[in-house]
Amino acid sequence: MNESPNLAIACRGLEKWFDTFQALRGIDLDVKSGERIVICGPSGSGKSTLIRCFNGLEHHDAGSLVVAGTQLGTHGEGVEAVRRDVGMVFQQFNLFPHLTILENLCLAPLWVQKRPKKDIEDQAMEYLRRVKIPEQAHKYPAQLSGGQQQRVAIARALCMNPRIMLFDEPTSALDPEMIKEVLDVMSELAASGMTMVCVTHEMGFARQVADRVVFMDKGEIVEAAPPEEFFNRPQSERTKLFLAQVLQHT
Amino acid sequence: MRAKRRARDEWIHWARKKPTQALTSLVGLFLIVYLLLPVWHWAVTDANFLGSDRSACVGGGACWVFVRERFHQFLFGFYPADAYWRPLLTVAIGALSIGLLFVSRLGVLRLLIFVALPFIAWLILEGSLLGLPPVATDQWGGLLLTLIISVTGIAVSLPLGIFLALGRRSRLPLIRWLSVAFIELWRGVPLITVLFMASVMLPFFMPLGVEVDKLLRVLIGVTLFTSAYMAEVVRGGLQSIAKGQYEAAAALNLTSFQTMRLVILPQALRKVIPGIVNTFIGLFKDTSLVLIVGMFDLLGMVQTASTDPEWLGYSLEGYIFAGAMFWIFCFAMSRYSLRLERQLAYSSVERKQLT
Ligand SMILES: Nc1ncnc2c1ncn2[C@@H]1O[C@H](COP(=O)(O)OP(=O)(O)OP(=O)(O)O)[C@@H](O)[C@H]1O
Ligand SMILES: [Mg+2]
Repeated sequence: MNESPNLAIACRGLEKWFDTFQALRGIDLDVKSGERIVICGPSGSGKSTLIRCFNGLEHHDAGSLVVAGTQLGTHGEGVEAVRRDVGMVFQQFNLFPHLTILENLCLAPLWVQKRPKKDIEDQAMEYLRRVKIPEQAHKYPAQLSGGQQQRVAIARALCMNPRIMLFDEPTSALDPEMIKEVLDVMSELAASGMTMVCVTHEMGFARQVADRVVFMDKGEIVEAAPPEEFFNRPQSERTKLFLAQVLQHT
Repeated sequence: MRAKRRARDEWIHWARKKPTQALTSLVGLFLIVYLLLPVWHWAVTDANFLGSDRSACVGGGACWVFVRERFHQFLFGFYPADAYWRPLLTVAIGALSIGLLFVSRLGVLRLLIFVALPFIAWLILEGSLLGLPPVATDQWGGLLLTLIISVTGIAVSLPLGIFLALGRRSRLPLIRWLSVAFIELWRGVPLITVLFMASVMLPFFMPLGVEVDKLLRVLIGVTLFTSAYMAEVVRGGLQSIAKGQYEAAAALNLTSFQTMRLVILPQALRKVIPGIVNTFIGLFKDTSLVLIVGMFDLLGMVQTASTDPEWLGYSLEGYIFAGAMFWIFCFAMSRYSLRLERQLAYSSVERKQLT
């Protein structure tokens, strides 16, 4: 294999089956270090499945997948090493409701990285300042708005010092007026040089932040191009149709 | 003074505005007083409180002399009277550890104290290991026995139930299968059968010469029986936790053990606090079934005492006393559960919904 050292994710011929249904049909995708990828496509096209393969929440069935320098096996070999370098943000936030915001941020650094508590709390507060909610540190998730919760979820993932961040539709569960505050945080993160793979239908975000936009349909990558090219000169009919549907709403 | 007047004005206002409601309420109130008045007369005004034998029962109402005379037996059974300080010390230690349950700063530690409690109780009550005159377990009785069985059952059945519930969801088929078999077996049998098995049948299966104390056998039976119910309560809690919680924990690289301990169980257990306490209350009341295998708990002692020819005809007073004792303990447990829920509520909004 010709692994270049600055590839964050190298994905070759990736296939995934759910019983008899094939969700991924041979995905080839390279993500360079520091690159920002936006993945879009119709519902059920396999976007979530793909991004969840990247941190081993789903195990692929065929093909090869190297994330942050570690080969992921079809039975989850290597997930532990991969997850050390990969953070993930979910559509439903998935904060731990029984812990305060600060505890949410500190839990994994304390138990997984086993660093000194003081360091961890200082770092957590630093990230809370970066997502602009340090004053909420001692509240519970249920006391925060959706946008605030999602920003906490981003900070929680960052507290593990990941090299790669995965986002699975981070704004889809939010009210319109809260989408911007989350996208702003993501844009700032992108500007700091973080490698990011985002599943999102926010085409404005894709235009401004992405290095490449990947369009998926029926478990395949149909088209992948820089945003300028992707939005202005889409090649395939399926992409044109999808863009027409999505952009009509914005 | 002003507040009182305002309250009275509100009542009058309400009565003017809703006359039928006010009328039915008045009639209802009158009926309740009318029906309860004879009970009041029987239990208090016509009752006898003083004296030392049945000749003191003259008023035609309740004769509480019976309860007073047998009070120590209701509490301690046939435990030797000159050693009452031992059960009293045990209960004091028990009360202290229950008091510790209210110190939220202790966290999980307060539960560990509870696990040690049965052993401490046994050391003091039995006594031989501490160099005290031994008191055989068949002399333990009354409220003391009720408390021993229920506290042991509570302390052991919760952790055991959690393990069984986790076992039932295990990925390993053998563990899953064994847990299901255990739970279904114990849930499918009436407690009375369990007690009979423990007291009558089990000795037959023991190797010759090996004798396990009857109280211990009953304790094991009651505990395993309760833990099967506890397992199902806990399983309900586990099932209510969304898949996203597991995924978030996995994405943060927590091990599956850490995920269970730090993320899933704390949420699952607090969701089922009412169910857990419900099981505890059930266990507490079910302890009175040990009467049928010849052990005398609080209710058993009352029953025995009221068949004594000297006090024939005064069993009602005894039963009322026993019922009141049971009620006090169960009510206390229910209030504690509410307090715990409120303490653990995630937000002030949620806290307000609990009353
Ligand atoms: N655990 C599963 N078991 C069975 N089928 C699944 C499972 N997860 C996903 N699928 C199927 O795989 C396909 C791809 O799902 P996926 O969640 O990756 O789609 P998606 O592109 O993220 O869609 P959406 O925009 O709705 O989130 C869908 O048809 C879905 O029904
Ligand atoms: Mg999806």
